[in-house]
Amino acid sequence: MIAAAAVRWSEGGGQTIAEATGVFSLTWLLIALPLFGAAVLLLGGRRTNAFGPVLATLLVGSSFVLGLVLFVQMLGQTADERAFDQSLFTWAPIGDFSVDVGFQLDPLSMAFVLLVTFVGGLVHVYSLGYMADDPEKRRFFAYLNLFVASMLLLVLASSYVLVYVGWEGVGLASYLLIGFWNAKPEYATAAKKAFVMNRVGDIGMSLAIMLMVTTFGTTAFSGVFAGASEASSGVLLALGLLLLLAATGKSAQMPLQAWLGDAMAGPTPVSALIHAATMVTAGVYLIVRSNPIFDLSDGARMAVVLVGVLTLLFGAFVGTAKDDIKKALAASTMSQIGYMVLAAGLGPAGYAFAILHLMTHGFFKAGLFLGAGSVMHGMDDEVNMRRYGALRKAMPITFITFGAGYLAIIGIPPFAGFFSKDKIIEAALADNIWVGLAAILGAGITAFYMSRVMFMTFFGEKRWAKDAHPHESPGSMTIPMVLLAIGSVVLGAALVIGGRFVSWLEPVVGSEEEHEFAIPILAITAIIVTVSLIGVALAYAMYLRSPVPVEAPTGSVLTRAARQDFYQDAFNESLFMRPGQYLTRFLVFFDNKIVDGFVNGSAAMIGGGSSRLRRWQTGFVRSYALSMLAGAVLVVGALVLVRL
Amino acid sequence: MNPENYLYLATILFAIGSVGVLVRRNAIVVFMCIELMLNASNLAFVSFARLNGNIDGQVVAFFVMVVAAAEVVIGLAIIVTIFRTRRSASVDDPNLLKL
Repeated sequence: MIAAAAVRWSEGGGQTIAEATGVFSLTWLLIALPLFGAAVLLLGGRRTNAFGPVLATLLVGSSFVLGLVLFVQMLGQTADERAFDQSLFTWAPIGDFSVDVGFQLDPLSMAFVLLVTFVGGLVHVYSLGYMADDPEKRRFFAYLNLFVASMLLLVLASSYVLVYVGWEGVGLASYLLIGFWNAKPEYATAAKKAFVMNRVGDIGMSLAIMLMVTTFGTTAFSGVFAGASEASSGVLLALGLLLLLAATGKSAQMPLQAWLGDAMAGPTPVSALIHAATMVTAGVYLIVRSNPIFDLSDGARMAVVLVGVLTLLFGAFVGTAKDDIKKALAASTMSQIGYMVLAAGLGPAGYAFAILHLMTHGFFKAGLFLGAGSVMHGMDDEVNMRRYGALRKAMPITFITFGAGYLAIIGIPPFAGFFSKDKIIEAALADNIWVGLAAILGAGITAFYMSRVMFMTFFGEKRWAKDAHPHESPGSMTIPMVLLAIGSVVLGAALVIGGRFVSWLEPVVGSEEEHEFAIPILAITAIIVTVSLIGVALAYAMYLRSPVPVEAPTGSVLTRAARQDFYQDAFNESLFMRPGQYLTRFLVFFDNKIVDGFVNGSAAMIGGGSSRLRRWQTGFVRSYALSMLAGAVLVVGALVLVRL
Repeated sequence: MNPENYLYLATILFAIGSVGVLVRRNAIVVFMCIELMLNASNLAFVSFARLNGNIDGQVVAFFVMVVAAAEVVIGLAIIVTIFRTRRSASVDDPNLLKL
């Protein structure tokens, strides 16, 4: 398989990359429109307060329309000729090496463009309602536009350096948006935590880029992938592991997963867009885009699979114990991205399914988060699910759209999640029985905790606070939720039936023959659905049949551990933060006492010496005469000795 | 006659003169000792001239004598000026240049 991949890429790749002409030469406009919006809103300041948010929404909407036009045009091309390269200018020509700013529009980036602009546009519309009373909403929309522009730059870039620019841009936007209400110190701290952990992952990206420059002499995709087949296995393994490190930082996978729960401090539209649908999926994009490197390195792929499986189970276990609705959904996001990373680690058999799950997850997770935001909006920003209950009568539209997302995520046919998750589990079982079983276990736990969220929020007894009056949200909030719910329902079937999505992505990632199982595929599907239903039944017994206590019970050791995210913060603190803190303290001490001490000490020594020497100046002529005589005697003596 | 004896004499005269410069307190006596040192060096120059068989040393002795004369003029003028202002001819008195 490695040999086949090598042949495929040394022949110039699975797709021919053409110059961007005609309507494809407008690719740069996709990024420029939201970037322009961000610039106008940030530089214009308070003057743009009135029209700013609507302008931002319209700009993202027009990016989506342009993306649709490009998509339709792309459909008209034959499968091998859907890749277009638009190079804008040379950023840094340095002798033999140069960094060019250019965009590559191919099936993979097209899929991301549509997802980012569509979900981004819906989140903008939702924010018009959600943030209507916030005095800082112009800044919010500016940052949202900045995010959309950076994410589009990330997926459209044609070289790793430009991907890195977009990578950092989304990290910046995430920091600005998580800490949007920065008057509260905890929120600002959460933003810093997210940014710093992302930076740790970015070390992997920078080192990978440096390694590419020294090995291939370029970071452009065409150059790197063409040269990958001749690179040594050590270099490929290193590149794969470094890119995986970068992906774990951005996508909140182990070991860099601790920031995602705290990132829920940001406004809910931010959680929906950035920490569910788009930014956290950038890591998966990176791995899938770098598929030539991962195809050639079994060790890197095993590491990817391992990270995916561990995170999928970790997120699932943590999600069962969270009472904060946003944190439960965040743990769910971590777990679902674990599925995507797992699929991406399975090679050509899994890349398309990883991206498929990414697309469907973008819809249903964003829908779930917007629904949670709607619930919070109606319940006076209460996030504790123990204070919800029986909300389905008070907020029917929210209930239905949230329910659609819920059915999609637990994988009930014919909703979207069923198709995408099913395919990933099948591919996992084909690769390794234990990985497949872990994925099935994760599916069961997913069904359990999502049903728990559903039952605690919308069913059961009313556990509301005294002055709570839940009401349905305004149209600007419910319409995006409805559209996302429609996507949660139909998108999976639309993309999988006929193998459309797999063949759409095939020129970029390749494909593999369907694996033959010992038992028929339908039996596997039945097993997966049964496991999910067992999870639902367990949640029903625990949270619907028995009453939900308003105060969280102490719970078992595992429950308490899961509430604390399995002590991930304590782990990070003791392993990384404390040694770093001690090191800095030691260095400060060293600088103050030893370096400064050395400098001050030499100055003191010279001062002391000079005050002693000063006593020679007595003012007595005769002592001066004696000194002169002594000196003259010494000189003469030296001369005499030399002569001898 | 051994010319080296004159060198010994010049050395002894020089030593007496330098000790006198260091030990005596009266400025005029210090000057006399300086003159003694200069004359000792004159003697040494002339002896060397005799030893080497040329008159270079005698020429230098002339220079030294001129320098000694000029120095006496100026030195005595300074001492008299100091004596006029301070009413003392001791070399220990002008000690204001100490740190």
